[in-house]
Amino acid sequence: MALPNKPLGELPAVTNPEIVEHDVDVLIIGGGMAACGTAFEIMKWAPADLKITLVDKASMERSGAVAQGLSAINTYIGENKIENYVKMVRNDLMGVVREDLIYDLGRHVDESVKLFEEWGLPIWKKDADGNNLDGAKPAKTLREGGTPVRTGKWQIMINGESYKCIVAEPAKAALGEENCLERIFIVKLLLDKNVENQIAGAVGFSTRENKVHVFRCKTMLCACGGAVNIFRPRSTGEGKGRAWYPVWNAGSTYTMCAQVGATLTMMENRFTPARFKDGYGPVGAWFLLFKAKVQNGLGEFYANTDAVKEELEKFMPYGASPVTPTCLRNHLMINELKEGRGPIYMATDVALNAFVDAKRAEGMDEKEVKKFWKHLESEAWEDFLDMSVGQAGLWAGANIEPEKVGSEIMPTEPYMLGSHSGCCGIWTSGPEEDWVPNVEGKSRSHQYKWGYNRMTTVDGLFTAGDGVGASGHKFSSGSHAEGRIVAKMMVRYCRDHADFKPELSQTAQELADEIYAPVKLYHEHVGASTSSDVNPNYCKPAGIMMRLMKATDEYGGGVATYYMTSGKLLNICLDLLEMLREDAAKMAAGDLHELMRAWENYHRIWCVETHIRHIEFRKESRYPGFYYRSDFPTVDDENWKCFVNSTFDPKNQEWKCEKVECINIVETDPWV
Amino acid sequence: MPSYVDPSKCDGCKGGDKTACMYICPNDLMVLNVEEMKAYNQEPDACWECYSCVKICPQGAIFVRGYNDFVPMGGQVHPMRSSDSIMWTVKFRNGNMKRFKFPIRTTAEGAANAYLDGKGENLDDENLLLEGELPKPTMVA
Repeated sequence: MALPNKPLGELPAVTNPEIVEHDVDVLIIGGGMAACGTAFEIMKWAPADLKITLVDKASMERSGAVAQGLSAINTYIGENKIENYVKMVRNDLMGVVREDLIYDLGRHVDESVKLFEEWGLPIWKKDADGNNLDGAKPAKTLREGGTPVRTGKWQIMINGESYKCIVAEPAKAALGEENCLERIFIVKLLLDKNVENQIAGAVGFSTRENKVHVFRCKTMLCACGGAVNIFRPRSTGEGKGRAWYPVWNAGSTYTMCAQVGATLTMMENRFTPARFKDGYGPVGAWFLLFKAKVQNGLGEFYANTDAVKEELEKFMPYGASPVTPTCLRNHLMINELKEGRGPIYMATDVALNAFVDAKRAEGMDEKEVKKFWKHLESEAWEDFLDMSVGQAGLWAGANIEPEKVGSEIMPTEPYMLGSHSGCCGIWTSGPEEDWVPNVEGKSRSHQYKWGYNRMTTVDGLFTAGDGVGASGHKFSSGSHAEGRIVAKMMVRYCRDHADFKPELSQTAQELADEIYAPVKLYHEHVGASTSSDVNPNYCKPAGIMMRLMKATDEYGGGVATYYMTSGKLLNICLDLLEMLREDAAKMAAGDLHELMRAWENYHRIWCVETHIRHIEFRKESRYPGFYYRSDFPTVDDENWKCFVNSTFDPKNQEWKCEKVECINIVETDPWV
Repeated sequence: MPSYVDPSKCDGCKGGDKTACMYICPNDLMVLNVEEMKAYNQEPDACWECYSCVKICPQGAIFVRGYNDFVPMGGQVHPMRSSDSIMWTVKFRNGNMKRFKFPIRTTAEGAANAYLDGKGENLDDENLLLEGELPKPTMVA
């Protein structure tokens, strides 16, 4: 780069940003499915004078995990029993879950799905002959009793390219455009100066103009998704962006809530999905809708062999379920790969041709078979085009036609999330009802309810979606429903705390200085080198992220070691992260985009540190296939069928990890 | 598979208050160079290929080129999105083409019912808008 140095992007950051202060009653941080649920629902309960503001890092129309679209809604209870939904989630997540939260979600989720359909989301239906109709064909709605196209027991198919746009529209309309502030990245939550353990505000900055925004509020939803790019990805070049989960989720939810003292739960849980290799296209429809099977490199369909059954019996009762838990499915796949029997293929060719052959066997004439095939092919491609276009691009680039050749699948790098087949997150209250367990004489981090559903252990601070821990498998619809639950609770909180006047302990200027520290550092030192990225006085966010991902990958059980770690390795990882955290204070940002990356990295580092801390604390391997501890390689139900909760004390800056009793609400016999 | 901008088509949204791709990118990647009045992807290795910019561009100026660390060159996937459907063109490396059309929305844009007049009943129970009586677990431990 030629002298003089200039910031990377188009929006240079200055050292003296304007400060804007906001006083609101309710602050909604995030713009994804959960926050949109809150925005829609809250106006139904709020008195006219309640001031509510939503702040989104992106644009609500395409923010969050559903930005690209989806081809299915994975949680719709419909004709099923909610209790069986609880059992499914409990088994998939190896027994340690909050059944109260899961049951509660199950009783609200369908209403969200019915609203989506009413708003314009096309939902596939079955016609009278049992054929699939796409969501635009005339058919009874779900509310009218229409039959959705089930793939698994809980999933329904949609034409979901515009899913997020459709959900954001009524959310914005309900709250009012003027109350939705986009392109503001909240980076820190703030406690009240006077009232112990009470949320009082948040601070962030605009990624469009040099402005720091300070909010004071009585209550808050923090719902900013899970964490991505926290372990070294399998693709480290341009393909680093092709993360399975949305690449803009930086663990902000967990970090920001933890830093103000909210108790975290099950942060040892991670999700390492097995997906189509490189493009990370979804496999759900292939397994469930097209009944495809996986083949190892020897051409063996290994999933139903005696050896596999024997292996699963090591993990009882979880392994005995008709639907093998996601982590154990990975475990079986990893065993094949480690034994040199890779690569693993999704036999798309076998699956698609089986449908066509069946039609021929039924006597369908060739013209009809051709029509049938066109429809089937279209369904297969739509699955990718709705939610993972990059996978379609990889097939196009590699001349792959799924009916002719199978495609490789592979477990990805680890992700942290609480809404998909994972359950890390924040410890929250369940509903204040008599069926929710009552734990006497202990702190909130051991209790199941303390007045406000989905409130964290910090007064006034709520979370939803990926934020709520120990309650996975809510997916898009459940996250929206959870946001709606929180909406009502926040209104109730405001009513009950009408006299509370939030006050911050730092001045707005002090906060702005802290937020813009990377900019100041940049301007102070940029002249010390002819390259703005290589400087003895500071590091750039891009480099810090690579350093983080290298440490976690090599020591924290990433793809480098086939997810294997140990107490020894974890402690090395923690040491590396401690120095990384110190050096993160030396991150420099020349423009607003880079300032955003700097703060995302702060969030990533903290979030991963809690993950490593929890894995270290839990002396077993609860999720074989997601991670393994070589020193405690088995699932140890006798000692560890419990939650691990951790709390950071913002006053003395110390962490505490503890075991917390896991109480079953739904019958355990039969287990599934 | 990062997005890229065809300079012969991009008009920077004519310097209006909203550059469409910059407005929509969930990862803050698309930016406008004001001097050139052209947009570009400022961080291609952070592109999720969500196609939000491609779909929204009023000039059809944005395309996607496969990630150069694993996608062989020559293929392309490109959408045309209307208010109720999307048409995808998939061009393979070997020149083969496929087209798919899917519905995306069954209501007019702006018509989603936000229930602006909807009011909940009892702030002290767990019911949300439109919900009837809520169940409690029956198959209990």
